[in-house]
Amino acid sequence: MKQHSFEAQHESTWASIEESLQQPSKGSNGRVLAEHYMLLCQHLAIAKERLYDAALVERLNNLVLGLYRELYRYRSETRLNLFAFFKRDFPLAIYRHRFFILAALLVFVLPGLLAGAWTYFDDEALYTMVDAQQVREVERMYDPEARVLGREREADTDIYMFGFYIKNNISIAFRCFAGGILAGIGTLLVLFFNGMFIGGIAGHLTRLDYVDTFYPFVVGHGAFELTAIVFSGAAGLRLGYAIISPGPFSRLDSLRLAGRDVVPMIYGIVLMLVIAAFVEAFWSSSTLLSTQTKYATGACLWALVLLYSFSGRRHEPR
Amino acid sequence: MLDTRYRVEIPGGIHLEAQVVGPIPRCFAFAIDLLIRGLLMFVLWLSALPFGLFGVGGGFLMILLFALEWFYPVLFEVLWRGQTPGKRILGIAVINDDLTPVTLGTSMVRNLLRTVDFLPLFYLAGLVTMLSNRRFQRLGDLAAGTLVISLREAARAAPVGEVQPLAPPTALLRIEQTSIIDFLQRSPQLSVPRQQELAGILEGITHARGEDGVTQLHRIGAWFLGVR
Repeated sequence: MKQHSFEAQHESTWASIEESLQQPSKGSNGRVLAEHYMLLCQHLAIAKERLYDAALVERLNNLVLGLYRELYRYRSETRLNLFAFFKRDFPLAIYRHRFFILAALLVFVLPGLLAGAWTYFDDEALYTMVDAQQVREVERMYDPEARVLGREREADTDIYMFGFYIKNNISIAFRCFAGGILAGIGTLLVLFFNGMFIGGIAGHLTRLDYVDTFYPFVVGHGAFELTAIVFSGAAGLRLGYAIISPGPFSRLDSLRLAGRDVVPMIYGIVLMLVIAAFVEAFWSSSTLLSTQTKYATGACLWALVLLYSFSGRRHEPR
Repeated sequence: MLDTRYRVEIPGGIHLEAQVVGPIPRCFAFAIDLLIRGLLMFVLWLSALPFGLFGVGGGFLMILLFALEWFYPVLFEVLWRGQTPGKRILGIAVINDDLTPVTLGTSMVRNLLRTVDFLPLFYLAGLVTMLSNRRFQRLGDLAAGTLVISLREAARAAPVGEVQPLAPPTALLRIEQTSIIDFLQRSPQLSVPRQQELAGILEGITHARGEDGVTQLHRIGAWFLGVR
């Protein structure tokens, strides 16, 4: 068949499909879509086989591409099933990242402990890590004489602090993850310095005997926040490790596979940090609750997070 | 070779092609998105003012600014099939490297890694990465397995005008026939001397030179196209 007759025979079909692809929002009928897709695949194959001219091949190619994108729009992974995610996907992702989590935990906790010990025994030590202005701010925040806890509240609204914690903490976790693509170095730096700051400040405040204001404040949301930072570090290290040690894959393929693997971790981290911000703004900062209540709930939250984090193994297919 | 075509074999049993897009259109799309985001931020800031910047208004403002910073591209890429407003204006779209639409997961990964692509300044890392692979992928694209393709329709071949078809004097291979058809369709883009020069190669077939050779070849091309 000559190209002209082929075009004349199918022109109306192509034109109508082109038109329907222009306004795809009108929920396209799956059956019709599949039929069109198969038909156009055949037309494209014919056009290529018979060496019809480049313009026609390109037009058919674009039609198939449009139909293909439409056809694969609804995949199960785009529909996030929250229940299945919490019950299975996230714990399983945690289990599969266990070695990276362990590594991230060490890089986060060890500098924290060292910095904490140092600032606990040396009054001046914190000033080598944080500038004097910030030290004063932190000291004022947890001064037992002060009436409000946490960051100083110019206007006493929890919602403001909620927004503040979301913006700050989730951004830190995101950067911690993203730094992983630099062969893991960015992640290691973020983990190391955040561990050091948190440990250093904790040691310093303990030395000043602000124990009753600082620890009850951080114990509740710390369960989610600290864990989430370690998780984001683990996700970042997963990317970095994929580049350093690609195994049987090319470095690029290995990185891409790692990029797919860490997705459930990222969803989980975001959710944990939102919870952390909630707890931090509306619970931790409350001055009405007694120290005991905060310790008790804090212990419960830690137990919950840890138990949950260790629950993934049974979902690993054998 | 410089070739921006990207080929994937799809379940239809054929190779599908797409044009990957380089840094320039992507920069423009980014600039447009930046402008839109800036305007949105300004509007949000204005509407937060009456509620107190250090109170409820400020709280919501920070949440929204945070969301705008990290999730503006994700939201649009997932809902608008790979297009942010800037990309839509430029006629480009993000797509998975198997040419299926981006999903929430891949879009999240590519956009979270923006922070690293931005390093050390003004997306330098992203630009260098983009220019050092054949698919113009920045770091985020590499990790997510995504690419940016052009959705612009290529110019259609101009319809063949009034050309009397002429049967070729000898049998020609399909590939030779295609070359003659291509010559017919691309002639409007070629200068007359160039047309004559090219037609001159086939003097053995057309037995004509100069303008006559070109006309002869056009007529043969029309015959192969199926003009009657």
